[in-house]
Amino acid sequence: MKLRLQFTGVGGQGVLTGANTLAKAFLSRGENVLMSEVHGMAQRGGSVVCTVCVGRVYSPLIADGAADALVSMEPVEALRSIAKLKPGGVVLTDVNPVIPANVSMGYHQYPPLDAVLEELESRGTLRSIDALALARQAGHAITKNIVMLGGLAATDLLPLSREELLDTVKANVPPAYVEMNEEAFTLGYRAVQAQR
Amino acid sequence: MDVLSSQAQALLLGNEAIVRGALESDIDVATTYPGTPSSEIADTFSAVARHFTSRQQDPGFYFQYSTNEKVALEFAAAAAVSGLRALTCMKHVGLNVAADAFMTYMYVGCKGGHVIVTADDPSCHSSQNEQDNRYYAKFGHAPLLEPSTAQEARDMTMAAFDLSEELRLPVLLRMTTRTSHVRGPVTLGPMNLTAKKGHFDKDPLMVTVPAVARQLHPVLLEKMERAEALAEDSPFNRVEEMGGGTGIVTSGAAYNYVREVAEELSIPCSILKLGMTHPLPRNLCRDFLRDHRRILVVEELESFLEEQLRALAQKEEMDVEILGKGFGGLRRIYEYDVDIVERALRALSGREEKPPLAPASTALPPRPPVLCPGCPHRATYYALKQVAPPDTIYPTDIGCYTLGKAPPLEMADFLLCMGSNVGTACGFSQTTDQKVVSFMGDSTFFHAGLPGIVNAVHHRHDCVITVLDNRTTAMTGHQPHPGTERDGMGYEAQMLLVEDVVRGLGVEHVEVVNPNNLAKTREAFQRALAYRGTSVVVSKAPCRLLLSTRGSFEVVEEKCTQCSRCIQEFGCPAFYYDGDRIRINETLCSACGVCTQVCPSGAIRRKK
Repeated sequence: MKLRLQFTGVGGQGVLTGANTLAKAFLSRGENVLMSEVHGMAQRGGSVVCTVCVGRVYSPLIADGAADALVSMEPVEALRSIAKLKPGGVVLTDVNPVIPANVSMGYHQYPPLDAVLEELESRGTLRSIDALALARQAGHAITKNIVMLGGLAATDLLPLSREELLDTVKANVPPAYVEMNEEAFTLGYRAVQAQR
Repeated sequence: MDVLSSQAQALLLGNEAIVRGALESDIDVATTYPGTPSSEIADTFSAVARHFTSRQQDPGFYFQYSTNEKVALEFAAAAAVSGLRALTCMKHVGLNVAADAFMTYMYVGCKGGHVIVTADDPSCHSSQNEQDNRYYAKFGHAPLLEPSTAQEARDMTMAAFDLSEELRLPVLLRMTTRTSHVRGPVTLGPMNLTAKKGHFDKDPLMVTVPAVARQLHPVLLEKMERAEALAEDSPFNRVEEMGGGTGIVTSGAAYNYVREVAEELSIPCSILKLGMTHPLPRNLCRDFLRDHRRILVVEELESFLEEQLRALAQKEEMDVEILGKGFGGLRRIYEYDVDIVERALRALSGREEKPPLAPASTALPPRPPVLCPGCPHRATYYALKQVAPPDTIYPTDIGCYTLGKAPPLEMADFLLCMGSNVGTACGFSQTTDQKVVSFMGDSTFFHAGLPGIVNAVHHRHDCVITVLDNRTTAMTGHQPHPGTERDGMGYEAQMLLVEDVVRGLGVEHVEVVNPNNLAKTREAFQRALAYRGTSVVVSKAPCRLLLSTRGSFEVVEEKCTQCSRCIQEFGCPAFYYDGDRIRINETLCSACGVCTQVCPSGAIRRKK
């Protein structure tokens, strides 16, 4: 078995934590798992890319066209990594743009959301959800990465049961936040399931 | 904490695995100056130490965020010559700072094992250059280990302590951004956290006067001959047979890509995977060269292995074709990845190139890192820009504030290395007629700023030196420094105030200002610019990420004239255009409120 996922988003959105939780779920099943993380300067509001590679793999970086899925906390960041996606792979993205400062200042343009989603759809199986709204509904915007994990669990891509992943989520948040994260996970799961 | 796991296996970052290896090796002393991609090594040591000290327990080792890398290395060298086990970690350019101590320390050698970790940064993800520090091993005569995985990071750290004690020589462990920041499963052993004190036994051969140095140099070369014999038998140097054919020599992160591509594409080859790369195990390499007609060397950055293999083949008069840099798109710049290595291995095995996959056809805005919303550096830059003459030169330094280079602030003109802002400010002020205002952070001030300031004061150079004092080492993850009240062990420490230090250095014009008050900051810079001679402005406000944020600000539509000063001149990333209205993204806004002083129409208010 080999599975490769690329997580993307903007520094501060919890990209690493989400990917890390998934990796731990695989490790607890005894799978080999590698992650490549981004630390340091790039985290200051820049593009963040993180990978989770599972099974008989050696490289933590994913070759072009080798990712089974892209999981993105921001639509443009999903498209930025699109060359990594296997033809027909899964793209799971939040639909809320985070506008870079250089766009506000008029140096660049943020493409229309429809155009972004349309191109994502042309390259794979698109699941786009308003993860931010679901995270707020669960109790806090910070749980957006867990909403995304719940969504990922509903894609049939993971050789993990929904319960296995949820258990790992619950085991990796402080006790006071277990309920909120479970709700976030469930809302994400349902949102993606509704699109199937 | 995963690094303290009592399970048989844990998912660890390469940097964390180094710490685990050290904890399993009964480490006594760890020192550092933080720098990406090495920072998590030290931060993990600090977190482990504080885990114990906060419970009034002895962690069994002493950890220090030293003032700079040179001090960190010297501190640990003292421990190691006193018989203790020590580890010093730093980013690649940190070893330049420590190089003066390093080069002679190799002559002297150590008694307890000393592992020096250098974390290189191919592709300059967070650095001002991508120098290949394997050459420091050759330059200084240090045994060199290069892990490829998190597991090897732990295993090689443990082996490095033993190697160092056997040879009585510090050992270099060379990480790269990818091996530091890969997370993978690591098989663990029991930790050994016994606290002990060293004892320094005096020896005239530890005072490196010329006569002693001349005695020590041949001893060092002899130690390296023994190191080579050990490299021949090192379990980290091995041949992986994958169906014979061409030989591939590789090390570090590049090995992972070679192995993955060879397996995925079923390319017949044998891989000489080198983990101990200096001194080169010449017998092992000679045998490998002899067994193959064609060799491809796959290594990131410089031709470190390739050059040595070519020299070996020439000396042994071997008939072998050695390929490396320049073959199949392998370059001596930037980080490698699977695609780069795949292209080379396809060329090597005579296969067609992989058809390229199209990137997005929609034009995407770049998203570089930026100063955070509420960052006090933005306020300092904005205020200064309003009062400084247009041709002012702004030498800058290493830290978050380098991000002031980006528009609209554009407050960074020249940068070399840690502390270079002051030295270059002296030079610009003497050799041009332009005004000079330089910038450095508080941690940089203590690291490498002081000698430059002394130089400025002594020679009466006419420049304004700004210390952006945000009370932490922000960019690398908020480590303490000599200006903070606690140290890396969690203990109370003596807090040095930047303004006291510069007064002590003889600076006569010192301003201390809170940059979040723009009017006062402008006035402070006006006075400093008018002063003839060296002046220092300490712009003091804590990093916004250290403060909890309550609420946000909003734009009052009726009052906003859309002059867009908040976006076009101040450049806070929380502002954006919603159609033609200016709004504030409340999830980004940190509620610093500085924008209320920027807006000429009073259109920004705290959101109720």
